[in-house]
Amino acid sequence: MIKRLIVAAFAAFFALPATATIEIDEVTSPGGISAWLVEDSSIPFVALEFWFVGGATLDAPAARGATYMMMGLLEEGAGDLNAQDYAAAVEGLAASFSFDSYRDAVVVSARMLTQNRDAAADLLRAAITTPRFDQDAIERVRGQVLAIIQSDARDPEEIAAATFNALAYGDHPYAFAQEGTADTVTGLTRDDIVAAHGAALTRDRVVVGAAGDISAAELGQLIDHILGDLPQTAPPRPDPADFALSGGITVVDFPSPQSVAYFGHAGIDRDDPDFFAAFVLNQILGGGGFRSRLMGEVREKRGLTYGIGSFLSLADLSPGLLGQFSSSNDLVGQAIDVVKEQWADLATNGVTQEERDAAIRYMTGEYPLRFDGNATIAGILAAMQSDDIPVDYVTNRNAYVEAVTLEDLRRVAARLLRPDDLHFVVVGQPQGLSPGN
Amino acid sequence: MLHLLALALGLTLTPIMAQAAGDVVEFFLDNGMQVVVITDDRAPAVTHMVWYRVGAADEPPGQSGIAHFVEHLMFKATDDMASGEFSAVVEANGGSDNAFTSWDYTGYFQRIAADRLGLMMQMEADRMRDIIFHPVEVATERSVILEERAQRTDSSAGALFNEQMRAALFLNHPYGAPIIGWRHEMEALSRDDAQAFHDIWYHPNNAILIVAGDVTAEAVRALAEEHYGPIPASPSLPERARPTEPPHIANRRVSFTDERVANPYVSIQMLAPVREPGDQAEAAALVILAELLGGGGQTSLLARRLQVEEERSLFAAAYYDSTSFDPSGFSLVNVPVPGLSLEEAEDDLWRIIDDFLSEGIDTAHFARIKFQIAASEIYEEDSTQGLARRWGMELTTGLGLADIESWPEILAAVTPEDVMDAARRLLTDPVHVTGHLMRPAAATAEISQ
Repeated sequence: MIKRLIVAAFAAFFALPATATIEIDEVTSPGGISAWLVEDSSIPFVALEFWFVGGATLDAPAARGATYMMMGLLEEGAGDLNAQDYAAAVEGLAASFSFDSYRDAVVVSARMLTQNRDAAADLLRAAITTPRFDQDAIERVRGQVLAIIQSDARDPEEIAAATFNALAYGDHPYAFAQEGTADTVTGLTRDDIVAAHGAALTRDRVVVGAAGDISAAELGQLIDHILGDLPQTAPPRPDPADFALSGGITVVDFPSPQSVAYFGHAGIDRDDPDFFAAFVLNQILGGGGFRSRLMGEVREKRGLTYGIGSFLSLADLSPGLLGQFSSSNDLVGQAIDVVKEQWADLATNGVTQEERDAAIRYMTGEYPLRFDGNATIAGILAAMQSDDIPVDYVTNRNAYVEAVTLEDLRRVAARLLRPDDLHFVVVGQPQGLSPGN
Repeated sequence: MLHLLALALGLTLTPIMAQAAGDVVEFFLDNGMQVVVITDDRAPAVTHMVWYRVGAADEPPGQSGIAHFVEHLMFKATDDMASGEFSAVVEANGGSDNAFTSWDYTGYFQRIAADRLGLMMQMEADRMRDIIFHPVEVATERSVILEERAQRTDSSAGALFNEQMRAALFLNHPYGAPIIGWRHEMEALSRDDAQAFHDIWYHPNNAILIVAGDVTAEAVRALAEEHYGPIPASPSLPERARPTEPPHIANRRVSFTDERVANPYVSIQMLAPVREPGDQAEAAALVILAELLGGGGQTSLLARRLQVEEERSLFAAAYYDSTSFDPSGFSLVNVPVPGLSLEEAEDDLWRIIDDFLSEGIDTAHFARIKFQIAASEIYEEDSTQGLARRWGMELTTGLGLADIESWPEILAAVTPEDVMDAARRLLTDPVHVTGHLMRPAAATAEISQ
């Protein structure tokens, strides 16, 4: 199926946003783990999400990829069950578990039917606390990871982001792909995997989101059971990263009729007083939804791309303001010029009252609609806690957005948007672009 | 943990039936527009969708991509609204909107606060008949769809390979052409082509309204009669009669080489029956067959044998498309470990299939899959948007309310014997297409800056 991406133009209707109707219970398990719960028994299952802050940045330089591979191995045998038996047991309960690794966190997501929740929790506990890391499973998953690394090396979007990070972050962990390299992954030992498990999954770095058919008391006991006797403390996280990339264009030759452009510069911290203004500014510049400056100018008016967007990267150790699009090789230079013009225009002239009002109406109206299913809600609740956001944020968030004034937006645009610092990594065979101009 | 294993292997498996997804109500407006309402009041939101029973397989010869192009152009001006105003109004009301095109259907949807439903209907009804295809807009948007093709298809060796495989599988049916269109035909799509296609198909008697969320059927009926009711039915709506496939009598091979290929693989595809109104048993057996052979995870036969036990595959799976208007495809995929050839990977697939046909079904595995399918009906309820989408897809591929509501029971009633019978019909010396996606012999060195 082809999904149509985007359209932009003018708004004509004014209306008050709906309000979020969810109630969040703050739960502390008997063992001291904090969790947020939205209880709803209308469907007989529960969705759980565990965020362990730290993630792949905890890898030692010689063992890059260990955390990523470790997470892939959690479902490859645990406790008394080898990989096959474990998978069959999960399947037999119609539970679903996923184990994901990111730069700043590892995440365990689970869905469990009410009718067999205790048995499903036993299996999840085994994966988290007593994974086997059998050698045959290690070799199988190593082969899969090496295939992923090879595939990324031939994917223009992956090449673009990886090149940008390598240029921007020097020898900080952010400079490297979390999957590791063919060399580091080939060299990973079972001891490396065991060490990554001990570092990434610890009680002091975990937060929990839950939604569905479970009470607060049941949830507390379930969490303690699943997390068992994981280590209490984690190793220290890396220092913040300096964003070392200056303005310019880097071209990576790649055989394709179209070029991928990945671009950006340093961003803004979540606890910065101007964060909400920056959040609204990005919505106007190139945020989700359909009426951003970039979509209007690059796609709608000129037909230079199928889709373009910008986003505030809230990476814990180095926030960025980033964006991406693809254009045919003969058009990408023109598209880059339009992006730079928009960047400069907003930095100099700010936004219009109409743009501000429309963006805020969209952002405040869209927000309560997000809380629309157990799995979604559990994910949002865990992500919020991992960012140290207070529970009343759900109630107050729209007021924060609405408080952003035109003057706030002018100020933050002048401060945040620096057209001369924009760096574009272009992967393809672009015409008329000279690297470094 | 052995008790868990025992539990998992069937001792206490209690198949659970799908609960009704809230209340599903169906009715028709006087002009023939079908309406389905799915009530779910967990969030103060609705998903409003209009589906047209037309897709890429209904395009005139030489105009591949016109169905999808019209979908894009539906966001331009009408007699009452400026170009782009539709999405702008949705956003100004805190909603999001989008659209999609497949071979069998074209759908438009908005997700928004429940009290804005009437506004969405007003705008959607407006563009059903009053969209304006302006030459300048058509030209700019044609550039956009060409960029879309470049991004989604031409930039991906795997996507190009899939396109070639479909073209080889379907000898005569338009399912063989890509939804986005062949580039040379897309470049020639005109304003008049769009207008003509829209004039034929975009009418209330060819549309299905689906509303899911915090709303009652009575409220939907009143709003639908107000906004969609006044639009007259088309007296000349064509039958959806596509060119059909002749008997497949010759195996075909596709070899595609691209230096962007990282992990070469083999794909084997063949025609398979799909769910038909009043006749879904064969498709139900094939759904379970695909799960047994190569569903998700490493418990499927192909993954267990080739990935885990023999360590000859990085990935092996089976796919079956049960829900389409005309017969569609059943496919097998095998990504061999480095060092094994695609010929060996191809032989491995047939060897496992042969073993399956002679050895039969692992009954514990069969029971687990049946339980999973039953449980999926519970999990599906968590997303009313997903439910609305499934209903739309089923209705536009020719199924009726009774077919859709009985599908879980039909799946539950499938026996291992049914699956083996269906497997023998499908997989005993089938005429098939074999595709090899390859790297050049002297693969270019690593791409670097």
